[in-house]
Amino acid sequence: MATSTLGEYLRARGVSRRQFLRFCATSASLMALPPSMVPRIAAALEVARRPSVIWLPFQECTGCTESITRAHGATIESLIFEAISLDYQHTLQAAAGEAAEHAREKAMKDNWGKYLLIVDGSIPTANPGYGTIAGVSNLEMLKEAASGCAAVVAVGSCAAFGGIPQANPNPTGAVSVSDVVKDKPIINISGCPPIPVVITGTLVQYLTFGKIPELDALGRPKAFYGQNIHDRCYRRPFYERGQFAESFDDEGAKKGWCLFKLGCKGPVTYNACATTKWNNGTSFPIEAGHGCIGCSEPKFWDKGGFYQPLSAGDWGSGRTIAAAAGAGVVLGAAAAALGRKRQKDVEAKQS
Amino acid sequence: MTLLDFARGPGLQWSVAIFVFGLLWRLVGIFFLRTKPDLSEPRNPAKWKGLRLIALRSWPRKEFLEGTAFGEVMGYTFHLGFLVALFFYVPHLLFFESVFEGLLGTDFEGIFGFRWPVLPTAAITFLSAVSVAALVAVLIHRITNPVKRLISNFDDYFSWLLTVAPLATGLLAYAHAGGIRYETLLGTHILSAEVLLVWFPFSKLIHAFTIFAARGATGMIFERKGASL
Ligand code: SF4
Repeated sequence: MATSTLGEYLRARGVSRRQFLRFCATSASLMALPPSMVPRIAAALEVARRPSVIWLPFQECTGCTESITRAHGATIESLIFEAISLDYQHTLQAAAGEAAEHAREKAMKDNWGKYLLIVDGSIPTANPGYGTIAGVSNLEMLKEAASGCAAVVAVGSCAAFGGIPQANPNPTGAVSVSDVVKDKPIINISGCPPIPVVITGTLVQYLTFGKIPELDALGRPKAFYGQNIHDRCYRRPFYERGQFAESFDDEGAKKGWCLFKLGCKGPVTYNACATTKWNNGTSFPIEAGHGCIGCSEPKFWDKGGFYQPLSAGDWGSGRTIAAAAGAGVVLGAAAAALGRKRQKDVEAKQS
Repeated sequence: MTLLDFARGPGLQWSVAIFVFGLLWRLVGIFFLRTKPDLSEPRNPAKWKGLRLIALRSWPRKEFLEGTAFGEVMGYTFHLGFLVALFFYVPHLLFFESVFEGLLGTDFEGIFGFRWPVLPTAAITFLSAVSVAALVAVLIHRITNPVKRLISNFDDYFSWLLTVAPLATGLLAYAHAGGIRYETLLGTHILSAEVLLVWFPFSKLIHAFTIFAARGATGMIFERKGASL
């Protein structure tokens, strides 16, 4: 492609100035930036060079790629996504086999130290054969690609935290990007999949400010993962009033009551679903009538049942408790027997 | 494993195991003790009537009202507040439901045929705050009253701390206080309840399980002796 800046690229694609500014305004509000920042974002994006991006898919379901490419037609988000110079993404690229690998190697060499590495999927470590691309194991490829990148963006909960492949008993020894890459900045964009505008929004933030955005303790951009779902949930008033749907088709469910009893993990899940929503702002899982499953949190797959209320305990087999009860009764009986014997001894002495 | 995962999993399992162990040890140990044979002629053969003492001792006596009123009012306030918050707050109910389901394979309604009533969150918040205030008041009373201070030991102060902790951390969790992450607050809250469970059977807190039996036993002895209750 001949165009070299994002602005030129978007104009060539017929994006009007108005659309472009609206996108900048949305991005600013998503990032909790004041409206006065909009012109700065616009100016920065206008002249931003199309960064070289290498996207490595490992143990994944392609849902993250689906999320960003199919979310909602040719929106400016997907254009921005296209506008980055995606030099390698084997789901999307036409080239295959050696040609594709050559493209990756060339992009890496040409942009050494400057390219952005996007990873989706976890990395199997139990056996190199569990995940290979062109005969190279996922682990080796990640190490090699990460060595020359400016930063890594781990897209999706699998890349960010290990995700579903890592679910107990983790047969492939799946690990996250941050378990492997230690010497490069890593941005985790968790979610199963992540919200498309959160992926593009993070890229915009990186392009606009030229640096890694402020991250939370789990390495996620605070702008998008700063608040939990529960705090922004429109069903919250029902929670406060103690009005809960008991099943997915009862009166409470029809009236839109809180889904806590049906297992909603909103109170411990940090993501932008409740504000940004999905499918071009149409709705999000809770609005569609299903509790949040906490997909943007580490080990969400192994945190008890999706339909088990958050406050329910994880009792394990209960064997420890049964054994403790037995031991308590035995010890109590022994103590009582000892007490009785002492009593009798004392009485015998007195008489 | 996060703090919350620990609190909901191994923390819960071990604290309940220790609680059950300690509780059964002490209760079996006490209830199987032999009462000393009383060889005297009973003044009053209907000794069961002595069980009235359970109710009588639960209400202030007029003669002592002046000295006991403060303790009685505050005591009732935080005991009731604690129990209502424990048993009538929805997330807590859901926790107990998980116990029922784990043990019996059915929820509360399946066993008793009606739904466990709950109170709105605002009411629980209010009661918890009042309970914390009452607990602070009794602590101040305990420290400033020379007699009470003299008969108090580590057990009293530590039990106080562990009783107030779940209420306070529960309120903090509810308020999402101080910008601390909710799961950390919730994990702390659950852990505070677990520490209370571990301490419970081995401390004066065991009174929750022995007080009424003790009053009943005393009442029966008094009744047999013909003492006025
Ligand atoms: S539906 Fe979930 S996130 Fe919404 S108020 Fe209820 S518990 Fe919170």
